[in-house]
Amino acid sequence: MIRYLLGRLASLIISLIVASLVIFFVIEIIPGDPAAYMLGVGAQPDTLAALRAELGLDVSKPERYLRWVSGMLQGDFGISYTYRSPVSEMILERMWVSLPLALYALILSTLIAFPAGIYAASRRGKTGDFAVMGLSQLGVAIPNFWFAMLLVLAFAINLRLFASGGFPGWDKGFWVGMHALTLPAISLALPQAAILARIMRSALIDMLGEDFVRTARAKGLSRAQALRRHALRNALIPVLTIIGLQFSFLLAGAIVIEKVFYLPGLGRLIFQSISSRDLIVVESTVMLLVFVVIMVNFAVDIAYAAIDPRLRRRR
Amino acid sequence: MTLLTVEKLCVSIGGASILDQVSFDVAPGEILGLIGESGSGKSVTALSIMGLPPQGAKTKGSIKLAGEDILTARERRLCQLRGQAMGMVFQEPMTALNPLLPIGAQVAETILVHERVSKAEALERASQTLARVGLPPATFPLSRYPHELSGGQRQRVGIAIAIAMRPKLLIADEPTTALDVTTQAQVLDLLKGLVDELQMGMVMITHDLAVISTMAKRLAVMQSGRIVETAATEELLRKRRHPYSEALFAASTHKVELPPPPAAQRTLLEARDVLCAYPLPRQGMLTPRRALRAVDGVTFTLARGERLGLVGESGCGKSTLSRALLGLEPLQSGSIMLNGAPVRPNAADTQWRRTIQAVFQDPYGGFNPRWRVRSLISEPFHLLEEPPSGAAREDAVVDALTAVGLCAADADKYIHEFSGGQRQRIAIARALIIQPELILFDEAVSALDVSVRAQILDLLAELCRKRALSYLFISHDLAVVRSVTDRVMVMQAGKIVEQGATEQVFSAPQHECTRNLLASAPKLQIKNSAFQ
Repeated sequence: MIRYLLGRLASLIISLIVASLVIFFVIEIIPGDPAAYMLGVGAQPDTLAALRAELGLDVSKPERYLRWVSGMLQGDFGISYTYRSPVSEMILERMWVSLPLALYALILSTLIAFPAGIYAASRRGKTGDFAVMGLSQLGVAIPNFWFAMLLVLAFAINLRLFASGGFPGWDKGFWVGMHALTLPAISLALPQAAILARIMRSALIDMLGEDFVRTARAKGLSRAQALRRHALRNALIPVLTIIGLQFSFLLAGAIVIEKVFYLPGLGRLIFQSISSRDLIVVESTVMLLVFVVIMVNFAVDIAYAAIDPRLRRRR
Repeated sequence: MTLLTVEKLCVSIGGASILDQVSFDVAPGEILGLIGESGSGKSVTALSIMGLPPQGAKTKGSIKLAGEDILTARERRLCQLRGQAMGMVFQEPMTALNPLLPIGAQVAETILVHERVSKAEALERASQTLARVGLPPATFPLSRYPHELSGGQRQRVGIAIAIAMRPKLLIADEPTTALDVTTQAQVLDLLKGLVDELQMGMVMITHDLAVISTMAKRLAVMQSGRIVETAATEELLRKRRHPYSEALFAASTHKVELPPPPAAQRTLLEARDVLCAYPLPRQGMLTPRRALRAVDGVTFTLARGERLGLVGESGCGKSTLSRALLGLEPLQSGSIMLNGAPVRPNAADTQWRRTIQAVFQDPYGGFNPRWRVRSLISEPFHLLEEPPSGAAREDAVVDALTAVGLCAADADKYIHEFSGGQRQRIAIARALIIQPELILFDEAVSALDVSVRAQILDLLAELCRKRALSYLFISHDLAVVRSVTDRVMVMQAGKIVEQGATEQVFSAPQHECTRNLLASAPKLQIKNSAFQ
């Protein structure tokens, strides 16, 4: 088990280093000088040089990379070119919206998908299965922003149960914040739940055909017991993989939903900084997202090992 | 009084009849053998008795277990009966256990489903049951997982699961088919002992007459969903009334007439000190990695026209050696020379590759399902410098197909249109088409039914007569190797422990491993066969 964890940890660190190099050099080759962009067309050469020095753009590339990485390790992500405020604060502020939103959506989607998938698998080929699969087909097909607008129409404009957008901040209280995130979370969660339910169903159906489920039935377990005790845990492995991927998507890919609900999240931050050539913000945010994604994958790996004894012994 | 009475059992799925008027009975303490070839309905019979017929199956007739009808019982009652009154052991020990649960929990579950006992007590009883089937807790703690056990040990766990509640009826569906001969002998002994001790009735399903003739008092022969003959084993060994039983017995004791080996010729294949090793996982952070020597210093030669056999238990290194001979496995040391050219893995030169072709075990997985037979069998042509084209190519395809007993029209079909035996013929045709010097048969008949196997072996003998074939025949089945080889090698733990003329090795084995293999292999002794 320890060997397995060390192995995963080593690959995690290597992935982070490679990712930071890739991000740094990709951003480097994007045309456009941030200093020139900030000062406008008529800037004096010496002002430009001064600003470049201030932004740390005047040293060699390897040095800038090392400065950037060592800064991040100390929690210093640099100063935003356009806002002139520390990037770490900006990201942190946005993270407090995006992370809870992603988690909220993930929990909702899992809560919907698990029962739906299990129900469909246990009623395979019957009306219940067709109903669940039909709904999930619909869930996969509907764009989430359109669904979000429907939710706003129904619950914010007609029923007036929720605000149609914006985020009041967590200092107004936990439930106030959660309330504001509910509609966005639902609109993010539904398509994900639809996909997850289908994966859950097919993984379960695969497992129900396995020999060990037949052994369980021969022991005297009912269909439902055999499904719950033997098929479900084995089916969790493919399902966990998808959950890991979905979380990463929810964290950074919520930009359209953030737009619809006017939420100050990470997706919008990246969008704005790209359009204003605020490369330091882009670099740092992307790096942070990569970090989170890699950490989520690590957590999924640990979960695999917790479920499957065969993995604990290997490497 | 009988324990199990099956009367006029009919099972059909979507109008197609699977079982037709199947009737038999089993007394307590009795072993009934249900024999037949694949697709004859043996497993469906077993699953119907367990109340687990295939989905969508319609059943008629009656199955009475101690007077209670299984077919009309409610699902709730069936759940009580399964595991408690009747247990079942399955064929595939590798997949019949849940890979995520320790063995103790899996055995204890049988008890927990049926009795209101504490988990600790159930585990205690599971531990006793496991000890009874030969897995004492001192060496096999309850916390072991299935992947930490061998096939035979897993099958013992499967048996423990089935007998944990001391059922009155035990159904064993090919319980030893996936096991080595020595393991098979142990598991058969165990089953026999349990039947005596617990006075269980047992239905044992198998396609292997030799195995069942040592186990069962009575045999029922099944053919396409029907029981064609039921008789005491002794009686059936003396005389078969039904032509199908006769054919089945004849196929099981089939003797191939191999043409005499050609006079000594030049060496075709020469393996010298071949070593193939796999690194094992590290024991600690700093300890050096140890290696599993799958093939450990193997040296042998095969002369042109020779038919050489290789036998050994699973895991002895047969498959690794066969891959090495085909140039699919890197050698750590040693050399393999084929027709004077060195065999090198991943070497692009086709010089030596065109001199060797192979036929593998699985007749289902070895073909691309989207190719026609013509493309499948003419694929080795790419090894030739000037592959035939046009009419010559077509002639070669037809030639190869007719040589293996198929016809020219089969070239346009897809592989799913053929039965297992026909597919194996196509595999042989594919190996023959470029007329290689040497053919390697790796368990080539192991997945086939006895009658089909007999036909394929006859085909092999016929090809030997016509083409002076040289081959290496790898198998765990001693009887088969004995009938189609002139010389044989016995492999154990990566080493060749004995080799010599086939008849001599089999009749006067020198090494202990050979003797064990021969002693464990069940023999079918037909007395006074109608054919003799």
